[in-house]
Amino acid sequence: MANEIRLNTPLTEADVDRLKIGDKVLLSGVIYTGRDAAHKRMIDLLNQGKELPIDVRGQVIYYVGPTPARPGKPIGSAGPTTSYRMDAYAPRLMALGMKGMIGKGNRAPEVIEAMKSNKAVYFGATGGAGAVLAKSIKKAQVVAYEELGPEAIHRLEVEDFPVVVINDTKGNDLYVEGAKKYHQD
Amino acid sequence: MREIQVETIIKTVKDLFIDANYHLGLDVVDEFDRRIQSDESPVAREVLRELKQNVAIASQGEYPICQDTGLAVVFVDIGQDVHVVGGDLKDAINEGVRQGYKEGYLRKSACHPFTRKNTGDNTPAIIHYDIVPGDKIRIVAVPKGGGAENMSRVHMLAPSAGAEGVKDFIVNRMKESGSNPCPPTIVGVGIGGTFERTAILAKRALLRKVGQRNPDPEIAGMEREVLERINKIGIGPMGYGGNTTALDVFIELEPCHIASLPLAVNVQCHASRHKEATI
Repeated sequence: MANEIRLNTPLTEADVDRLKIGDKVLLSGVIYTGRDAAHKRMIDLLNQGKELPIDVRGQVIYYVGPTPARPGKPIGSAGPTTSYRMDAYAPRLMALGMKGMIGKGNRAPEVIEAMKSNKAVYFGATGGAGAVLAKSIKKAQVVAYEELGPEAIHRLEVEDFPVVVINDTKGNDLYVEGAKKYHQD
Repeated sequence: MREIQVETIIKTVKDLFIDANYHLGLDVVDEFDRRIQSDESPVAREVLRELKQNVAIASQGEYPICQDTGLAVVFVDIGQDVHVVGGDLKDAINEGVRQGYKEGYLRKSACHPFTRKNTGDNTPAIIHYDIVPGDKIRIVAVPKGGGAENMSRVHMLAPSAGAEGVKDFIVNRMKESGSNPCPPTIVGVGIGGTFERTAILAKRALLRKVGQRNPDPEIAGMEREVLERINKIGIGPMGYGGNTTALDVFIELEPCHIASLPLAVNVQCHASRHKEATI
């Protein structure tokens, strides 16, 4: 891959603005988990004019629903889930200052547009590599919606969590460029 | 009649789901190796190596291969000379799922379609029964993840679409699925039967081992051709670009109605998990 960049969270505008599609990034620090049900609840809160259970400014949200942790382990298997299901919610969170999303799979044009206008990026983690990715997660704690089980919002402490930049702040898309490069007629 | 106790069935189902979620079939791992040698894209090779590493870590028994440990799909082929005793067969299968997902630290992913309330124990299992000759029960446990399942389709073609229409539909489905189903995928295809039959044929096709062709040479040729076309799209592992978008294509075919050409494409991610036992 083109570059390997180490970044600590929370992310600044400068951190994300220099990232290019295909860059390999190793993230360290705190990130938050959230998938279908947690996103729906957060957007419902915003619609009611209420505060979110987490401050998303500068934050990275990881679309994941881990397996239960075995005794003595911080978390179970923890790879990304498919991101398009969060497309309806993501622009709203970017407008509030969220700087990164980790998932897998294609994003809608309006989400890519929101990354441009709000200076945020979309990272891909390797789908189906939940055992490898769990090794980079050092601590996990449920901070909201415990009753949602695997869908609860977890605060994760990660070290060198490996991701790839799929969509940068310029509107580029690794999925489009990657497939173009290897397409055969 | 040979008697089989439900306790045996419960334990078998439990063990199979745990085994399937921690130990990927060697046929898939060997295919990763072949593709690491052949894919032109350095990024693709890196992803494939990561998948191999993931399988190795999972096999130590602490972390499942993938956090999506699936809905519990179960194929049960019941010998007609078997008498199940000590309880209800369906309850036994669900109890096996319940125990396996608890004891194996597997994620419970079953929920109500509208309220999204989790059933809490990954039941009910999706069970496909078949009555076969003999006095044994064959059970196949298939934890099926949601991401790839969501990319699957049933389509009722006009018979005039023919084999070419079928091939085009499969290739386009994989193109449109892009990076969503965690490529490299395995593509299960059902052709013929009825609306529901073709979907079950596609699901059953996924039980084959990578490299295992349909015994009908014509269908086997179709499998090879469709695989080649899918791998020319360029999507590659994880959609980052490359020549490995699918690991294999399995097609099953049956007669259909004179008015119909049913087709099902059941997409399976690279974590192609299925384990079987005969009791």
